[in-house]
Amino acid sequence: MARKDKAVEIVNDANENAIANKETEGLSQGQIVFRRFIRHRAAMFSVVFLFILITVVFTSLDWRIGNKDKPLFTIPGWWKYGFEDMPELRYADCPGGTVGCPTIDGIPFLDGDGVSLGDHPFGQDDIGRDYLALVMRGAQRSILVMFIIGIIAATLGTVIGAVSGYFRGLVDAALMRLVDFIITVPVIIIGSVIGFHYGNKGAAFLALLLGLFSWTGLSRLVRGEFLTLREREFVDAARVAGAGNRRIIFKHILPNAVGVIIVSVTLLMSGAILTETALSYLGFGVVAPDVSLGLLISTYQDAFTTRPWLFWYPGIFIIAIALCINFIGDGLRDAFDPRQRRRLSRKDKANARNMASRTEVA
Amino acid sequence: MLAYVIRRLGALVVILFGSSFLLYNLSAVSTDPLAELRLSDAPNKEQLILNLTRELRLDLPPPLRYFIWLRGVLGVFVGNPNFGLTREQEPVVDAILGAIPTTIRLVLVATIVAIVLGISLGITSALRQYTRFDYGMTFFAFLLFSLPIFWVAVLLKQYLAIDFNDFLVTAKISPPWIFGLSMAAGFFWAAIISGDRKRVIMIFSGVFVLNSIFLTIISATEWLSYPRLGPIAIAVLGVGIAYGVTYLSMGLSDKNALKTTLLMAAVGTISYFPAQPILDSNRPRLGMLVLFIVLLVVSVAGALLFSRIDRGPIIRTSIITSSLIGLLILLDKMMQAWRPYVESDDVNYRPVATIGQSTIWLTEVSFWVRVLDFAMHLVLPTLALTLISFAGYIRFSRGTLLDVLNQDYIRTARAKGLTERTVIMRHAFRNTMIPLTTIMVGDIAGIVGGAIITERVFGWQGMGTLFNKAINSFDLNLLMGVILFLSTLAILANLVADLLYSVLDPRIRVGAGK
Repeated sequence: MARKDKAVEIVNDANENAIANKETEGLSQGQIVFRRFIRHRAAMFSVVFLFILITVVFTSLDWRIGNKDKPLFTIPGWWKYGFEDMPELRYADCPGGTVGCPTIDGIPFLDGDGVSLGDHPFGQDDIGRDYLALVMRGAQRSILVMFIIGIIAATLGTVIGAVSGYFRGLVDAALMRLVDFIITVPVIIIGSVIGFHYGNKGAAFLALLLGLFSWTGLSRLVRGEFLTLREREFVDAARVAGAGNRRIIFKHILPNAVGVIIVSVTLLMSGAILTETALSYLGFGVVAPDVSLGLLISTYQDAFTTRPWLFWYPGIFIIAIALCINFIGDGLRDAFDPRQRRRLSRKDKANARNMASRTEVA
Repeated sequence: MLAYVIRRLGALVVILFGSSFLLYNLSAVSTDPLAELRLSDAPNKEQLILNLTRELRLDLPPPLRYFIWLRGVLGVFVGNPNFGLTREQEPVVDAILGAIPTTIRLVLVATIVAIVLGISLGITSALRQYTRFDYGMTFFAFLLFSLPIFWVAVLLKQYLAIDFNDFLVTAKISPPWIFGLSMAAGFFWAAIISGDRKRVIMIFSGVFVLNSIFLTIISATEWLSYPRLGPIAIAVLGVGIAYGVTYLSMGLSDKNALKTTLLMAAVGTISYFPAQPILDSNRPRLGMLVLFIVLLVVSVAGALLFSRIDRGPIIRTSIITSSLIGLLILLDKMMQAWRPYVESDDVNYRPVATIGQSTIWLTEVSFWVRVLDFAMHLVLPTLALTLISFAGYIRFSRGTLLDVLNQDYIRTARAKGLTERTVIMRHAFRNTMIPLTTIMVGDIAGIVGGAIITERVFGWQGMGTLFNKAINSFDLNLLMGVILFLSTLAILANLVADLLYSVLDPRIRVGAGK
């Protein structure tokens, strides 16, 4: 029975190939990839969700341009409190005599007063700071760190990998030894050493330094790609046509390696957000008075039994961001992978069968 | 091969030199051990600063200090290494040697569990590609990828330690829980076994009913408060193991293999009785050794007795079966220690520990209570580490197996009429393990590095604690000791991974043609 299934599958394979080929006729590489990505439901959902999340997070708090205390001008956010404001701590209506409980009311049926945010939807911390504002600020820091690390690592990793893979020889040997030096020490160790001393210089600076140590894995990948691609005929053709090294690297080889780069940068970014929160948790990352999601969890982990909301909200934000990035990375990998075939729907299969039977009749 | 290894070891020295130089200077430049003293208002402040400067050679620039440190380290080659002293004037080597066993204990169990579970789930997921189970596993793996370990740890502490300990006091499982757990089990198995609708419903209801009965019995007998296996349960589980292992490795149609493993189940059950006094004696480690040697000898002899052809695989199957049953006997021994352990004053009916690596003041107890104490302290950290790391194994083993199943030799194996079990277990699984092995070995250093956070959350005193201490007290010698250890481990692990690859896959020749 299993073997018969196999035979049917092989026949189906041929039909599916025909469908896949028909679909990609006359499309450029970019268009094919884009279409495949659009079809990846989880990845598309993640893109939309992450976009909304980032918009909400970055428009929530006031942006003060210029001096912090005497800003030149302020772009108002949609949330009334800032992360440094200290409104009065709320005592009323909290379960079990706790303080600063969340006022968010998402389930209209239970107590009958409808969906409402209330004054402090995520509750308040020990000294009355609004927890929504704190979480928003923390998420801003985390996303900022994630993008800075991603951009720096992508640039450095690509350039260094490209140079060493393309020129080979002494340059390659020197650069790859440098990679070896950095890659042998776990990221969390390097991060801690850096973070302990430069965490107080602000999240952006910390991210910059972390980025300087995060490019190694990517550069190895890019180097590998370049080593194989540079031997291909189209590179010879370009060289014969008189193209210079820079043109060959950026116009001919890089576009062919871009899939590998994009996918690994996405995964690097989801790793970066976890690294940042872990460092802040250990006390080697963003430090008070600034806020980060890891720092919030670390500060309030002991309050979990009495005031669990102080623990849940930052965690949920970390997971939501990292999960979205991971799914986007997965979607991109599928989209860039030429071996990847679309899972055909029943309708497609029926069409294929019709097509096959029609050709048989003819 | 030898030349290759020597060349790689040479490269190891160069890389260690480079990375330690880099990190020494990075930490030295960014560290200021004098900062605290400068702010102090001690009357002899100047003198203190001078003393510390002399002690740590702060008058020299960092690169020079690095070479002083390096001179001590290079003593390794003349048999007299000197990694320097910590700020508490303890040799760094002693501090690290003291911390290694703890970290290994923490990491080893978690890694083994993660590998076994991750690979089984990944392979099941690949064999059920594009089913609901597969999609569920993919989502699950991505969710685990995105979890910060310190966050999971706090949740585990609350729900698995505090609440579970409360539950253990009565150990009565309430009907809603029985219902929920049985539903979950039903869905899980129905999704794995799958088939047409009728079959799925049958499997679901079967698992649901069996699971409910099982949980009700557990609840009614308060088994969780008074856990024990005893010879009967070992016999039943032994027969189950015999069938399972035979099915996976030889197929149930191989009567000789089945006979051998069933014999092993019987021998295992009988050996339960003589094992008790041996394990209770004052040399339990020797007892364990004796037990396993006896089981090993008997399983080889039994396999030789029952088999004419396929002797090698049957011996292997028989050894796996009897070792699993041996582990059951040890588990039972630990369960026997459960009541004395739980009732002792220090534990006081809170067996799942949330903090620390052992109950320090638990003195004058039997070996098995001590082992149980270690085990109970391992539960939470192991679970946290496992949850985080086995997502990678799920994804990777799934991907590799799918790649392997597309190979021509699998098509050949199917075409010559082998059963699906043989194709999967003999042809596909083994080839899947080749890249997996190298990944596992290469991961070791990363896992040890990741243990830093876990140790912090659960208050263990291992490498992570040393590292934290080193950073917070500006202890450059200790910091470099930890980093040197971790990077050596990473490079050696990579070397071992490469060598393993060439051993497992003869097509790969290390060091050839370079």
